[in-house]
Amino acid sequence: MASISPASDTAAQDAAVALRGVSKHYGALHAVDGVDLDIPRGEIFGLIGHNGAGKSTLFKMMLGLVPATQGSIVVGGAQVGGRDFRAARRHLGYLPENVVLYDNLSGLETLRFFARLKHAPQTQCQAVLERVGLQHAGQRPVREYSKGMRQRLGFAQALLGQPRVLFLDEPTNGLDPQAIRDFYATLRGLQADGVTVIITSHILAELQERVDRLAIMAAGKVQAVGSVQALREQTQMPLCFTIDLAPQDATEACRLLEQATGIAPEVLPTGLRLRCPRSHKMAVLAALAPLGARVQDLKMLEPSLEDVFFGFAD
Amino acid sequence: MELTQIFTIAAKEFRDRMRNRWVLAVALVFTVFSLVIAYFGGAQQGAVGFRSIEFTIASLVSLVIYLIPLIALLLGFDAIVGERERGSLDLLLSLPITRLELLLGKYLGLAAALALSTLAGFGMVAVLLSRQMSWASMYHYFGFMLSSVLLGLAFLSLAVLLSVLARDRTRASGLAIATWFFFVLVFDLLLLGVLVGSGGRFGGESFALLLLLNPADVFRILNVFSLEDVRTLYGLATVVPPAMGSPLKMGGAMLVWIAVPLALAHWRFKP
Repeated sequence: MASISPASDTAAQDAAVALRGVSKHYGALHAVDGVDLDIPRGEIFGLIGHNGAGKSTLFKMMLGLVPATQGSIVVGGAQVGGRDFRAARRHLGYLPENVVLYDNLSGLETLRFFARLKHAPQTQCQAVLERVGLQHAGQRPVREYSKGMRQRLGFAQALLGQPRVLFLDEPTNGLDPQAIRDFYATLRGLQADGVTVIITSHILAELQERVDRLAIMAAGKVQAVGSVQALREQTQMPLCFTIDLAPQDATEACRLLEQATGIAPEVLPTGLRLRCPRSHKMAVLAALAPLGARVQDLKMLEPSLEDVFFGFAD
Repeated sequence: MELTQIFTIAAKEFRDRMRNRWVLAVALVFTVFSLVIAYFGGAQQGAVGFRSIEFTIASLVSLVIYLIPLIALLLGFDAIVGERERGSLDLLLSLPITRLELLLGKYLGLAAALALSTLAGFGMVAVLLSRQMSWASMYHYFGFMLSSVLLGLAFLSLAVLLSVLARDRTRASGLAIATWFFFVLVFDLLLLGVLVGSGGRFGGESFALLLLLNPADVFRILNVFSLEDVRTLYGLATVVPPAMGSPLKMGGAMLVWIAVPLALAHWRFKP
């Protein structure tokens, strides 16, 4: 076990999930290497990384499925692998990636089975079924479910036992856009009740707007942690302005922008495009002010989470 | 250890086998085969019809020794590896349940299904033949049924061990067939080969103990030695020492065959 300093000790107590110096070594392979992480209660936290970056191993260690080689993990107030972790598990929810539930059971039977194992009241089954919008399919066998319905049933199962921490591995696989929207709305509702959600997804555009903070993993290490905005600032990726102008105004705009930023804009048939450091944001706007209404349109593009991800992960 | 967790898993496994009519199908197979054997088992000797319970049991033993290990191995080979392959093993183990509880639940549920189909299948025959059977015959037949259940449970335990060791279902099914081949077909031939090849030098009591290394042989000894007629029929009396004829000892050997593979399975069980 890694020693815990007094300062980080209080952080660990407040956090729904606290990792200190967590490593998992398979022989020479360091699947996870010295990870420190605090996830406060009620946060929606994203975990992203290439395949093999160590996300799944980290997930499995937090759930107590795989013992850590080194370090300590506290989840939902209990030391993972410790004596009271069994009781804490009643209030953890887990949706594994691509899980296949039991075809021969109905949706409701599936939930009853998991509720029994989790010591959750059987009355919760109907409630969570409604929460994921499967109330009309509860009696049907799972083998008749579509991919999206199966995924929703998997999510419903994770909601049994009023979880304090939810671990969701690629939860929106197979969901249509409306279902994805509903899914995140449900997460927001849970968050309001103080539930902590840890979520992985390969669809970065989907996470970008929906997580409070996220960690980028590569080669078994956490390369960066923070809100999407904080990570953008950390990477110092350029902003991209697209300015629509009549051709006769482009030359003047070009001159003004170059004066203000020292960077020559690219000329497009519809106007100009300028990539500049974030610090020049206001200078660009000020430089365009004299043109007034001659600027037909202005778009400012922040680097996407995908850009940020590749900035850190590669 | 929480018994409710074991029971929840076991109840699901059992109900699955009831619902997909596995129990019914296997019971029917046992009933039909036993009746055919009871009535036509003596056909080679030129007689058709029920003869005696001893001959019926002797014929049934030969059938059961092939059939039950195969059925038990096929029933249990994907118990754990099946969950692993569909991704639900991690989910189960993330719940407040230990690996031992999961393993025991799986085993007990499948064991209940196998025991029920065995008892129902052969029990039906006992009911149909009850007029022709004396109390003593009934007693022997009951012993045969019980030992058949134990044989099934021993091979089911081996199957669960395979399902823990195998990396995927395909490998597990291959291992199950190989296990059946080894214990049911190859093992006795090997022993015989050693016996003949050594010119009888390795014979005697210690040699007979080697039979304990195969649950199918334990089953044979259990049934054959309880019946005077059959013992001479099989010519085993000269090979197997009388001490091994004790049903209690052989029953104990069977229990060891149930417990040890399960213990090994628990030891090797990793998520």
